[in-house]
Amino acid sequence: MLSNASTVIKRTIAVPGDVIVVDKDTVVEGSNLYKIDENRYIVTSISIQDLEQEGDKKKIRVIGLKGRYIPKEGDTVIGIVSDVSVTYWIIDIRSPYPAILNASDYLGRPFNPATENIRKFLEIGDVIIAKVAQFDRTRPPLLSVQDKGYGKVTEGLLIEIEPSKVGRVIGKKRSMLNMLIEETKCNFVVGANGRILLKCPNSELEYIAILAIKKIEEEAHTLGLTERIREFILSEKVKRGLIRYEA
Amino acid sequence: MKREKPQLIINGRRLDGRAPQDLRPIKIEVGVLKNADGSAIVEIGNTKVLAAVYGPREVVPKHQEQIDRAIIRCRYRMLSFSTPGERKSPAPSRREIELSKVIREALEPAILSYQFPRTAIDIYVEVINADGGTRTAGITAASLALADAGIPMLDLVAAVAVGKVNGVIVLDLNEVEDMYGEADMPVAAMPSLKRITMLQLNGVLTPDEFRQALALALDGINRIYQLQKDALRRKYVEASE
Repeated sequence: MLSNASTVIKRTIAVPGDVIVVDKDTVVEGSNLYKIDENRYIVTSISIQDLEQEGDKKKIRVIGLKGRYIPKEGDTVIGIVSDVSVTYWIIDIRSPYPAILNASDYLGRPFNPATENIRKFLEIGDVIIAKVAQFDRTRPPLLSVQDKGYGKVTEGLLIEIEPSKVGRVIGKKRSMLNMLIEETKCNFVVGANGRILLKCPNSELEYIAILAIKKIEEEAHTLGLTERIREFILSEKVKRGLIRYEA
Repeated sequence: MKREKPQLIINGRRLDGRAPQDLRPIKIEVGVLKNADGSAIVEIGNTKVLAAVYGPREVVPKHQEQIDRAIIRCRYRMLSFSTPGERKSPAPSRREIELSKVIREALEPAILSYQFPRTAIDIYVEVINADGGTRTAGITAASLALADAGIPMLDLVAAVAVGKVNGVIVLDLNEVEDMYGEADMPVAAMPSLKRITMLQLNGVLTPDEFRQALALALDGINRIYQLQKDALRRKYVEASE
């Protein structure tokens, strides 16, 4: 670990109505906070509350544990086509707002519904990886697939987790994700909306990867998770005879 | 079904052996339903209430949607087998429709609905067994279910009823005390903000009795509030073991 990295001193579970009082040596960080006055905040949803020490400054970090996915511009999401219109598709991205993907964006050229049938390209139930191009809560989110790695998904396995726990699957500086890739040899695409696409070399490793992700989701609020998941994957591999036990 | 009014307080003890300022035994469990976004079951004495929350989700029918905030819809219902004696008709009664509105309005001040414009938050409160205080148990359960669903709230809402039976101010009335008592006053509040979100009074209290009853109710609410918070935290502490 780096010497200037902050260390977690205390981790507690905060629930709605908990009041956080800050003084001049303490800063507070989190999106689910409601400010009552200059130095008092209310936690508005079930969260992890970390007290971190950074030199002589203290930092309280509040991370939500539950909640629906709210689109944010620039997010990579994995969506499922839920409806087809004449010039666009309606995509389910597990948020309260169904997203829109224009045919002209998907094709990268002007689309004329009089000469072409939109259903030729994407049908209901198809899975796509896309980027949230535009969203301001007054209109449905607009998706785009015009970038590398985006577009229709043709193979792989899709799993769903709680959207607020996506951050844990990725980890600090991608530590968790890199460990998962290294240990399971699978290819992961993690959507910010809590959908994860897996492409694995074989079904044994695929199964282990699913178990590991589900374990991360269940224990997202605990400390030292990356190492525990690594041990978990190793023990699962031993159980399945993929590697031999080394004392 | 008019019967002779029974003696409700004997030697300073109530019919179920409680002192006037005692709550009935409370059992709370959070996250009991898999399909709902959030859920909670609350047992207060013989009253048992299940609450489930869905959302924020798309509004159907679309014309109900509000452009600046989430709409909150609540349905309070008593199951056919929840009452003693005759089977309760499953059709929504006048009382159930009114209580749905009362519960919704008790919870609305806590929910930060402006964070999710053009969406709906649905709250379902089902009374499994009724023995007085179903609306207060419903509010207590629904606010836990909302918290379990991860919906941003200013505070948890806890509720309890106070009343007057045989001239004594008592906390947390059961069915018999409610039926034969002189007054019944359900109160809901957000304790850490010190705000009351619901207050109803059925019967007659003098101004002094009212103040005494309200203080007793807020004391009871604080006790329930602690149990609510413990129940929410317990769900995550258990998962990590």
